[in-house]
Amino acid sequence: MSILKKIAGKISRLFKRRSNISLGFYGPPNAGKTSLANKICEDWLGESMGEVSPIPHETRHVMFKEKVEIENNGKKLTFKLVDTPGITTRIDYEDFIKYGLKKKEAQKRAKEATEGIIESIKWIEDMQAVVVVLDASKNPYSQVNITIIGNLAARKIPVLIVANKMDLRKADIKKVEAAFPEYKVVGISARTGKNIDKFYEALFKLVK
Amino acid sequence: MAKKIKGLTLEFMPYSEIRDLDSSRRIKKILDIVLNNRIIVLQGRLKPEEETRLIEDTMAMIGHVKSFKGIELAVISSGNGSTPVFQKFTQGIAKALVGDTASMTIIGPASIVKEIKKNPKKIELMLKK
Repeated sequence: MSILKKIAGKISRLFKRRSNISLGFYGPPNAGKTSLANKICEDWLGESMGEVSPIPHETRHVMFKEKVEIENNGKKLTFKLVDTPGITTRIDYEDFIKYGLKKKEAQKRAKEATEGIIESIKWIEDMQAVVVVLDASKNPYSQVNITIIGNLAARKIPVLIVANKMDLRKADIKKVEAAFPEYKVVGISARTGKNIDKFYEALFKLVK
Repeated sequence: MAKKIKGLTLEFMPYSEIRDLDSSRRIKKILDIVLNNRIIVLQGRLKPEEETRLIEDTMAMIGHVKSFKGIELAVISSGNGSTPVFQKFTQGIAKALVGDTASMTIIGPASIVKEIKKNPKKIELMLKK
């Protein structure tokens, strides 16, 4: 009886996993997590997920999109997309003033950003797979990137690294690959849609 | 052990100082030093879940502690992706027994440390004027 229960449990988990895979988008601020989540939602649902902005910490709360069915090479998978606020170790409201925000507005944004980071971290354990979105035009050896990926590895959560903003002249996927040699890295531009088919292919391999 | 350079204090913390502390006490000890505007050079590194907990606690303190804007953090690790399997195995046993003392962690207050630039070959501590 207990063996049958175990088998039934495994089948149930497999079915659950296939039916609504929790896919998290993690990374530092302004790497393009929401842009990528928007691109996926636009491709498969015909609608976007969240606002994007050149001012860091535009996403200050975890956002969800349930039952996003994605098709790749004749296979279909359903995902629950979880877009998270960018993780950083420092928040200074004065940085937002440089983008033209008024002091009170900047202080409010800073407060919400700190809360958003705590929320992001708390959600890690609920993810079944994670896409770590990095800005390919920036130095990938930041400790925040290493800490996020190290945490996911410690929890045995499958990770796909996206080197985003490949449309920028300074973008260098080789640097990202060299920084994380144990992970699959896909170079894309969420803004222009460049290589998005390769992203879907890598995503299906990640959760197979 | 602390070294003073015109108002800048670097504090070296041997791993033995945190080895017997639980995660909460380790993080508290580190943040207490950082709040005193000191830069810590820690022998070894925190566990992955402690590193995220450090970020969480840091975020919780911003806005509640006057002038505190967060931290800068960098870990210099001796390991690399091409370590042979047997060496990885022995390193794993050593880490389990005595902690990851082959690494080094630098943690400083964001009000003093502007940025820690890191690449595989070097680490640069950029300070605010």
